[in-house]
Amino acid sequence: MRQILTVANKEFHDGLRNRWLISITLIFALLSLGLTYFGAAASGAVGVASLSTTVASLASLAVFLIPLIALLLSYDSFVGEQESGTLLLLLTYPLSKSQLLLGKFIGQGSIIALATLLGFGSSAILLYFQLGDIQVLTSFSVFIFSAILLGLSFTAISYLISLSVSEKSKAAGFALITWFLFALAFDLALLALLVGVENGISQAGLTQLMMLNPADIFRLVNLSGLDSSDVNGALAVAINASLSQAQLFTALLAWVALPLTIAIFIFKRKKL
Amino acid sequence: MSTPLVSLTNAGKSYPQLDALKSVTMHLNQGEVMGLFGHNGAGKTTMMKLILGVISPSRGKVEVMGMAPDSKEAWHCRSKVGYLPENVSFYEQLTGLEVLTYFAKLKGFAKGNAKKHAIVLLEQVGITHAMKRPVKTYSKGMRQRLGLAQAFIGEPKLLLLDEPTVGLDPIATRDFYQTVDQLKSNGSSVILCSHVLPGVEQHIDRAMILSTGQLLAMGTLAELRQQAALPVAIKPFGLNGSVANDSTLNGFLTANCPNTLLVPEQEKIKVLKQLLSHEGLDDLQVETANLEQVYQHFLSKHELSLPEKKHEQGAQG
Repeated sequence: MRQILTVANKEFHDGLRNRWLISITLIFALLSLGLTYFGAAASGAVGVASLSTTVASLASLAVFLIPLIALLLSYDSFVGEQESGTLLLLLTYPLSKSQLLLGKFIGQGSIIALATLLGFGSSAILLYFQLGDIQVLTSFSVFIFSAILLGLSFTAISYLISLSVSEKSKAAGFALITWFLFALAFDLALLALLVGVENGISQAGLTQLMMLNPADIFRLVNLSGLDSSDVNGALAVAINASLSQAQLFTALLAWVALPLTIAIFIFKRKKL
Repeated sequence: MSTPLVSLTNAGKSYPQLDALKSVTMHLNQGEVMGLFGHNGAGKTTMMKLILGVISPSRGKVEVMGMAPDSKEAWHCRSKVGYLPENVSFYEQLTGLEVLTYFAKLKGFAKGNAKKHAIVLLEQVGITHAMKRPVKTYSKGMRQRLGLAQAFIGEPKLLLLDEPTVGLDPIATRDFYQTVDQLKSNGSSVILCSHVLPGVEQHIDRAMILSTGQLLAMGTLAELRQQAALPVAIKPFGLNGSVANDSTLNGFLTANCPNTLLVPEQEKIKVLKQLLSHEGLDDLQVETANLEQVYQHFLSKHELSLPEKKHEQGAQG
């Protein structure tokens, strides 16, 4: 455990030193504050939009940004150390592969989690003072918690990438492809399936398919609680057949645990 | 002293495309310094990785401090092993002190002690002046010193150093060998892995020569010299051709070095006595074969013994 914390501490400080924490926090804070204040601009008014509109627009932005940031933060964490030779050195230390991986995960995961909490939390507090509605805090805590899980999930996925390739540039390429697939292509494919194939897929089937993408689970978590008038597209269909919030969170957690476990497995078999 | 610190018994490592290390048997005792020589791809690094327990042998047995280094029981021994990899660039953004403190913590030092220990080691390798600067500003020699300091963490019982003096200036090299001698007198064992480098001879007890995964020769330098049966070069001055007329001496002259006598080790004294009996002798230079020549000898012998087809391929290419 001490070894894990030592590694985590180092990774966390790397995140501070590289200005990752501050820049992610700033991006999230600016975005969420902007959306909170100007989200209603489309309907002709400047001011605090309704809670559901705000959360809906935040969620649809976060679903693109968070995976991208998580992948960028961690894609080189193993292949980078392999290229510089420190990975081999670390493994001659009294430090097991799973300790190293978990340490990195805790360190980099804390960066993502803290940035999400601070960045989005700031606008939650602001909105709470503006609206004076306790509902704000509950909606936002669900949003922030699921956003953290989404970030952790893509951190674990980027470890998979980082451990499977032997060059940093390849890892960057795969990270980009992964992001594109999960954030964009998957939804387009679902939409095509819905529109193109008549009666090809039931509502329940669609929801099950969405479980294959952590980004979609994140969307479901955040949009299912809102008025469906603010939501449209493939999601609206899925929401009608929605799973319970607890089930969705379990699925999201599985999307953290599973890639992490596979990453440990790959790491143990990796040749150095 | 009874059990060797490191012992390899017919140990080898194969990868799908290549036999990185064929069958090697060797023992390293406590307080012994072993030089491991071979060209690139000879299997030096593979052997080090086997001893470190980073990879497992495909055949044979590897034991370090009485345990298989890749097993769980050997875990606590790892903090007593120091390793300097051949190519390592430490975390560029961290300062030298931070890098070393991190590694010391991983070797089991508590937080405050890790830093203290790191400073002592940085002093030892002489880069305290730069310890608060990020590693990316370090020169090659400074990086190498940082790597050495890393290997010295926790007074290791066993040190494996891959090309330790690359990039070091002569003074740093001398300091490095002093540290090795000091560790040796404290009872640590060292494996020095290198292309043949000048100056290493007086610091190693035994040498091992590897080529293409095969152990070519092992022993003390004197033993290796004997095995190689390389002649001693004796260069007399001031004799002006009388050597050529001396029937006991002119046999040792060769065409390409007319002023130097190449004498087998066992005839050395006889030849020297004979030379001293010549009146005109001003000065004498006696050079025994150095490590480099011994190394060259074993390598060329090995190349000659390689299968014929390899030579054919070479001829075609």
